[in-house]
Amino acid sequence: MGKIFQKPEALADVDTHYCPGCTHGIIHRLVAEVIDELDVRGRTVGIAPVGCAVLAYNYFTFDFQEAAHGRAPAMATGIKRVRPDLMVFTYQGDGDLASIGMSEIVHAANRGEKFTTIFVNNAVYGMTGGQMAPTTMPDQITTTSPAGRDTDEVGMPIKVSELLAALQTPAYIARQTVIRAKYIRKAKQAIKKAFTYQLEGKCFSLVEIVSTCPTNWGMTPIDSIKWAEDTLLPYYQLGEYKTPNGAG
Amino acid sequence: MTHEHLVNRDKCKGCGVCVEACPKNVLALSEDVNAKGYFPAKQARPDDCVFCAICATMCPDVAITIREIADQAPTENKGGK
Ligand SMILES: Cc1ncc(C[n+]2csc(CCOP(=O)(O)OP(=O)(O)O)c2C)c(N)n1
Ligand code: SF4
Ligand code: SF4
Repeated sequence: MGKIFQKPEALADVDTHYCPGCTHGIIHRLVAEVIDELDVRGRTVGIAPVGCAVLAYNYFTFDFQEAAHGRAPAMATGIKRVRPDLMVFTYQGDGDLASIGMSEIVHAANRGEKFTTIFVNNAVYGMTGGQMAPTTMPDQITTTSPAGRDTDEVGMPIKVSELLAALQTPAYIARQTVIRAKYIRKAKQAIKKAFTYQLEGKCFSLVEIVSTCPTNWGMTPIDSIKWAEDTLLPYYQLGEYKTPNGAG
Repeated sequence: MTHEHLVNRDKCKGCGVCVEACPKNVLALSEDVNAKGYFPAKQARPDDCVFCAICATMCPDVAITIREIADQAPTENKGGK
């Protein structure tokens, strides 16, 4: 019945700089829980992005590297190739991964680099003040699309999981979310699968997590959860897009 | 065994996500601010808590801890604070 709930060891006992209600904190915790459960804290290296998670290296109790904007997959490639015994993952936002870093992630996935990517899709550039991202929804208002995203001009939002799942090499591609408790267990399962496949020496794995950015969406944390559920989830469908045994 | 539900007042950012997520309507935001200037969550109706940990699962700041404690003899105040 009653469960015990406490901070995982792999998560540092510090306050984060994230805004109230920002789901980055939940995703950090899930990653840390999985690292604890797999007992790999002593041989894990995370690669922090440029974006709101730029300071992620302060929030975990294992090694971290900071990469230039969008270049975390290149850094992960280097670390994992030199030290295949390490558990290596990148933690990247949608501006970082799907905009400036799009070619890095596509080629790392296609080469079948044996690291894992945690991809936080909050449909906006958070850190820099809420500019339109490749994942911004049609008509979504951002500081660079004040009248809403005009899809005639900039195209439809990019579905990163579907795009990468079209490649032959990646082992595991899944999209989950953490906006409600009922989704969190599946999100954690996906992260655990991805890391486990990496431990088994399987090729590239990525878990996309549909997230909120209350500050830059201009909503309360509660309203942003509702908006994500009503607007993002129908477009960014949850599920496994690629598994080592075939399509998801 | 019984359980104890603790909100770390000074870690909490008053986002209200736990208040909304609690299926038993146990939590509320305080009316006084914490060291960060936020209105932290508290157990307003502790006796209704079933220690399901949904609030803790949703808290982005890991401000909620739930732990088992040994039964006290008279089970008054079993909701914890
Ligand atoms: C080379 C370079 N170009 C641009 C920037 C400015 N910049 C910093 S963060 C960011 C986007 C971050 O958005 P996202 O990856 O979605 O992460 P979030 O902040 O939403 O978590 C940009 C464009 C930079 N730091 N370096
Ligand atoms: S700006 Fe958005 S993504 Fe960045 S910490 Fe705040 S809520 Fe999170
Ligand atoms: S979810 Fe966490 S940070 Fe938000 S109000 Fe509740 S205890 Fe505070």
